[in-house]
Amino acid sequence: MALWARLDDVSVRYGPKIIVQNLSLDIVEGAITCIIGLSGAGKSTILRLLNGLKKPDSGRVFVQENDITEMRERDLIELRRTIGFAFQFSALFDSLTVGENVALPLREHSKMKDQEIRKLVSETLDSVGLAHVEERFPAELSGGMVKRAGFARAVITNPKAVLYDEPTTGLDPIITHVLTDTIVKLRERLNGTAVVISHDLESIYMMADYIAMLFEGAIVAYGTVDEIRRSPNPIVQQFLQGSEVGPIPI
Amino acid sequence: MKVLEDAGRGTTNAFAYAGGVAELFADALRFIVGLRIRVGATVDQAYLLGVQSVSIVILTSLFTGMVFSLESAVQAVQYGVGNLVGGLVAFTAARELGPMLSAVVVAGRTGAAIAAELGSMVVTEQIEALQSLGLSPTRMLVVPRLLALLIMLPLLTVLADIISIIGGMWVAGIYAHISQESFITSARSAVPFEDVLKGLFKSAVFGVIIAIIGSYQGLRTRGGAAGVGKATTGAVVTSIILIFIFNFALSYVLFAH
Ligand SMILES: Nc1ncnc2c1ncn2[C@@H]1O[C@H](COP(=O)(O)OP(=O)(O)O)[C@@H](O)[C@H]1O
Ligand SMILES: [Mg+2]
Repeated sequence: MALWARLDDVSVRYGPKIIVQNLSLDIVEGAITCIIGLSGAGKSTILRLLNGLKKPDSGRVFVQENDITEMRERDLIELRRTIGFAFQFSALFDSLTVGENVALPLREHSKMKDQEIRKLVSETLDSVGLAHVEERFPAELSGGMVKRAGFARAVITNPKAVLYDEPTTGLDPIITHVLTDTIVKLRERLNGTAVVISHDLESIYMMADYIAMLFEGAIVAYGTVDEIRRSPNPIVQQFLQGSEVGPIPI
Repeated sequence: MKVLEDAGRGTTNAFAYAGGVAELFADALRFIVGLRIRVGATVDQAYLLGVQSVSIVILTSLFTGMVFSLESAVQAVQYGVGNLVGGLVAFTAARELGPMLSAVVVAGRTGAAIAAELGSMVVTEQIEALQSLGLSPTRMLVVPRLLALLIMLPLLTVLADIISIIGGMWVAGIYAHISQESFITSARSAVPFEDVLKGLFKSAVFGVIIAIIGSYQGLRTRGGAAGVGKATTGAVVTSIILIFIFNFALSYVLFAH
């Protein structure tokens, strides 16, 4: 199995607080890997490690065989153009319209003509199920629409991989289903890799090829959906069942 | 011991702060020198940050020019040197009042606005979003604000110079019966054009200070809405202090030959 990325013995601290300790994780190319874990476990930190927004204090991060911990900022910027990032709260630029938000990476990085950009923006918005919102501002959209606009901005440059930070958290079950479906379709369309942080077990079972569970700074379980569901690890079982009893302190 | 420890930490923090500011400034200069400038955004910022400060610059410089003239004109006439009041007002306006007043006013209004805007962009992950799209926040956000203030603050200073002189002339006429001709003649002879340019140079430096400190404070915001508040206050306080310090240093170098 080819890997898109690999975290190798990585540690991260914020001040004295150790967030991730000697963590290793493979991200399989062309698959959807879901990362689960408690709030504050360091899941978002892992996504930031994968596109170089955060440098580990020790250990190495490989993306397509390149050690990105050694990269200069200039090369990191190039790398990030091949990785889409859908933020937890979408992080749309609120001074720009939705259309301008989605168009921004093309306007800044490509030599495409305005007309071509407009066409591609509208197609991409269509592909995430958003039509006719180009002229609206992010503040005028509902939560689910904002998420989808964020997806559109993340994928418009046809990145090799897309990182989704809690794409469905806080949304109703119908939108959750639609967004999960969108993630699967986008991965197929891009023929790329996806890493998804989620708490939503149903949606994880629906889309994941692999699941990694993060607990106390390390990956405590990794496998296919079936392997994880049948895992004998009491931490995994407690998490999946949402039980108060077990090794996870509350 | 605690005091020493705190002082030590304070010094380290000050160095780290200065280093961070210098790094941001160098980064911005690189884009400017490489002409990687977003002209549209710069014009927008010039309008937003500069034009909207016009009215408060007019008000503050008008009243300062008036009070300055009020204090000096009556006395000057008593000592029989009423013909010097125009020169005194113009001299002070061009060298100190105009640059300082417009800088302090713009620091309060615009420096705060820059820090608040960039700070809330940090908190809502918009800065990281820029980076994740392979875009530099310095080029996208800091450079346009820096250039906008570099251009607009000297222009606002010209305005402040003129308005404070007009205010001074008006009050000198009313309270000390100094004629406009006498006021203007005196003003002309007291202030060489070079002094006006030096004043404008100072205000260009102040513009850079306000933009860079506002941006730096905004970009290093941590911790939600409260963090944005802190960044905003920090930007105003720090840039005003730096403006006073740089004003002294620059006046020393430029005027005290
Ligand atoms: N910039 C930061 N400065 C200090 N602490 C941080 C920072 N970012 C995250 N943390 C801390 O790191 C921990 C992990 O954060 P995060 O990766 O966002 O967790 P998750 O996404 O799993 O909820 C949290 O306890 C958080 O408070
Ligand atoms: Mg998170």
